[in-house]
Amino acid sequence: MKVLSTNRIIYSLSLVVLAVFVSHPTLSGQTNSCVECHNELDEELKAPAETFKRDIHQQFGLSCADCHGGNPSEEDIDLAKDKTFKGTPSRSLIPEFCSSCHSDSSYMRRFNPSLRVDQLDLFWTSKHGQLLKKGDINVAVCTDCHGTHEIQAATHPKSMTFPWNIPQTCNRCHSDKEYMKNYKIPTNQWENYKESVHAHALFDKKDLSAPVCNDCHGNHGAFPPEVTSISYVCRQCHPSTGELFSQSPHKKVYDEMGISECEACHGNHKILPPSDEMLGTGENAVCIQCHEPDSKPYQVASRIKGKVDEFKEKIHNVESLLERADRQGVEVSEPKFRLSEATTALVLVRNLTHNLSLIDIEEKIEDGEKVITEVAEAGEAALREAKFRKVWLIIAILFIFLLAIALYLKIKQIGKKTSA
Amino acid sequence: MSFQKKVNMKHLIQNVYSYADSRFKLSELLQFATKKKVPEHKYSFWYYFGGICLFLFAVQVFTGILLLLYYTPSIDSAHESIKFIMSQVKFGWLIRSVHSWSANILIGAIFIHMFSTFLLKAYRPPRELTWVSGFFLLLIFLAFGFSGYLLPWNELSFFATRVGTDIASTIPLIGKHIKTFILGGSEVSGATISRFFWLHVAILPLFTTIILGIHILLVQIIGMSKPISLAERKVKEIPFFPNFILKDSLGWMLILALIGVLCVFFPWEVGQKADSFAPTPLGIKPEWYFTFMFTTLKIIPSHILLFEGEVIAIFGFMIGALLWMLVPFLDRNAAKERRSPFFSFMGWIIFLYIVIMTVLTYLLPGW
Repeated sequence: MKVLSTNRIIYSLSLVVLAVFVSHPTLSGQTNSCVECHNELDEELKAPAETFKRDIHQQFGLSCADCHGGNPSEEDIDLAKDKTFKGTPSRSLIPEFCSSCHSDSSYMRRFNPSLRVDQLDLFWTSKHGQLLKKGDINVAVCTDCHGTHEIQAATHPKSMTFPWNIPQTCNRCHSDKEYMKNYKIPTNQWENYKESVHAHALFDKKDLSAPVCNDCHGNHGAFPPEVTSISYVCRQCHPSTGELFSQSPHKKVYDEMGISECEACHGNHKILPPSDEMLGTGENAVCIQCHEPDSKPYQVASRIKGKVDEFKEKIHNVESLLERADRQGVEVSEPKFRLSEATTALVLVRNLTHNLSLIDIEEKIEDGEKVITEVAEAGEAALREAKFRKVWLIIAILFIFLLAIALYLKIKQIGKKTSA
Repeated sequence: MSFQKKVNMKHLIQNVYSYADSRFKLSELLQFATKKKVPEHKYSFWYYFGGICLFLFAVQVFTGILLLLYYTPSIDSAHESIKFIMSQVKFGWLIRSVHSWSANILIGAIFIHMFSTFLLKAYRPPRELTWVSGFFLLLIFLAFGFSGYLLPWNELSFFATRVGTDIASTIPLIGKHIKTFILGGSEVSGATISRFFWLHVAILPLFTTIILGIHILLVQIIGMSKPISLAERKVKEIPFFPNFILKDSLGWMLILALIGVLCVFFPWEVGQKADSFAPTPLGIKPEWYFTFMFTTLKIIPSHILLFEGEVIAIFGFMIGALLWMLVPFLDRNAAKERRSPFFSFMGWIIFLYIVIMTVLTYLLPGW
C-alpha cells in the first residue's frame, strides 16, 4: 500500500514537471528572441514587446514573426533576422503590409470567417488612400486608426474603433490645425460634433447606435459625402423623414439649386436637438434663411408653426389638468396613458413638417385633439371627484365630531352618576 | 312620534330582547359587563390602545372583504385590479386607502399597546398568557403587513419582498429553504403572490381569530392590571359597560376621523407595476415597521470575529424576540408585585432603539 502511494506521488510529480516544461516557452525550446531582446531595449523599442500582450493578434496565437518575419527561435540577432525578416514597413506600405493577411479570405477564415477582406480595396477609394497613392504619407493608414501593437477588435470598448472612441480617433488628426493646414478643410468637426444630438446620445445615453464619423463618411473608404449623397446618409437612420422630404416642394428646388437636403436646415457635424423654434418665422427659424417675409412659403411656415404651437399648448394644458388631479389624490394613470397618444401625434406632426403639407399636418393634429378632448374630460371629472371627496370628508368629520361631543357629554354624565 | 307609537316600539324592542335573551343569555353577559370594573388612574390612557387595535382590526376585516370583490391575485392582473379599484370602482379608492392606512396605524397601535403593557408591567401573573398571546398577535400582524405589501404587485413591494426574503435566506442551514418556502420558488413570482394572498386572506385570519379570541377572553376574565406603582393606593374603578366602552368608542371615532383625512388627502398610491427584469431601484426599503431591523442589518459590520454580521444580527433579533415573549416568566420582581427597574430600563432602551433606527432609515436613506 505504501509502495503504491509513493509511486503515485512520483507519477503525479512527473506529470507536473512535464506540464511546466511543455508549457514554458524557454524550457520547451520555443524561445521568442524578438520579445527577449526588445524587453532589454529602451522604452521605444521595448513598447511593442510589452503592448503586444494585449493585442488581438496575440490572442489568436500570432507572434511578431507572423507580421515582421524573421526567426524568433534563434537567439543570435543576425540569425533571427534571416531572409524572411521584413522589419518595420514604411507608412506608405502599411496598407499592403496589413492586407497581406487581411485581404486573404482563406487565411482570415481560420480566425474570423465573418470579417470582411475588402478593406484594402475600400481604402484605395478613400480620400486617405487616394492621397497616399499620390505620395502623401501624412494621411491615415491602418495603424493610425487601429493602433500598432495593441490592436483590439472593433467590438472591444477600449478599441480605437469602438463607437465611442471613433470621434477621438479621427479627431487626433482632423482637429490638429498644424497637421491639417495643407488640406484646407475645417478642423472644428470634433468641437461641433460634441454639441450634437448624436454625441449626446452616444456619450450621455451610451447609445452605441448613434452615428459617429464613420457612419456618415465610411470607414476604410472614408470620403466627404457629396451634396447629393448627404440626404441618403441621413436616410440610413431617418428613412421616414427622408421620404416626407422627397414629397415636399423643397426636394425639386434643392436638387435644382444643388443644396444638400438635411444639412441645409440641420447642419452637419453640429446637428443640434431639433426644436420647434426651427419652424416658422421666429428668430431661430431656419425657414427665414431662404424665404422673404410676405412670400407665400413664409406664410405657410408661419401657419405650420402656429398649428404646432397651438397643439403643444393644448397637450400642456391637459397635462397640467391631470397633474392637478394627481396631486389631489385622484388616480389618473389611465388618462395619462391615453394622453401619450396625443404626444405621439405631436411627434408625427413634427415629422410631417418635412413634407410641408398643411393638410397632412392638420389631419394628424385633429387625431391628437380628439384624444386631448377625451383626456380633458377625464381630467375635469377627476377634479370634480377630488372636490366631492373633500366636501364629503368635511361632512363626515363634522358628523363624527358631533357624535364624539355627544358621546363625551354622555361619558361625563355617566361618570357623575357612577361617582354619586 | 306619537305616544302610542313610542309605546309600541318599546314593546317590540322588549319582545326582541326577551326572545334573544332566552336563547343567548344576554342578561348574564350584560350583568358580567356591568359588574366588571376597570381601574381608572393616571395611566388609564394607555388601556385604550387595546380597544383601538381591535377596532382597526375590524376595519381591516370589513375593507379587506370589500377589496376581495375586485382584487385578482396573479402577476398579470394584480396591479391592474388595484388600479381598477382605485380609479373605476365606486368608493374603491376609499376602501383601499382605508385598508392600507388603517393597517399601518394598526401596527403602530400594536407597538404602543405592547410597550405600554410592558412598561406598566401588565404582563405579571396571572396575565402571562395574555402577554404571550399578544406577542403572537404582533407576529401575525407583522406577517399580515409583509404579505399584504406584495399584493398590489408594484415596484416597491416587489423589491422590498425580494430584499426581505434575501435577508431570511442568510440564516445558516435553513435560510435558503425558508426563502424557497416563503416565495414558492427561488424568486418572487406568480407562486409568491398566490401564497401571499392565501396567507393574507385565509391562514392569518384563521390564526388571528383563534389567538385574538383567547387574548380578549383572558382580558375579560382576568381583567385589567393595576400598575405596581399604584398597588398600595386606592384606585378608582369604573364599570366596563357602559363607561369604559363609551370612552373606547370615543377613541375609535377620533381614529376614524384621522383615517378619513389621510385617505382623502393622501390616498394610498398604486405605484408602478413590478418588473422582475428591472434592476433593483435605489433606496428600496421594507415597510416602516421592519426598517429598524433592515437598518441594523445594513450598518452591522460584515464580519464579527469569525461570524457573518448579518447572521449574528438575525440570530440577535430571534433571541431578542424569544426573550421578549418570555418576559413575564423572567421578571421575577414584577411577579412578586415589586418594582423591576432593570426591565423598565431595557424596555425603554428597546423602544428608543426601534424609534431611532426607524427615523434614521428615512433621514439617512444612503445608510
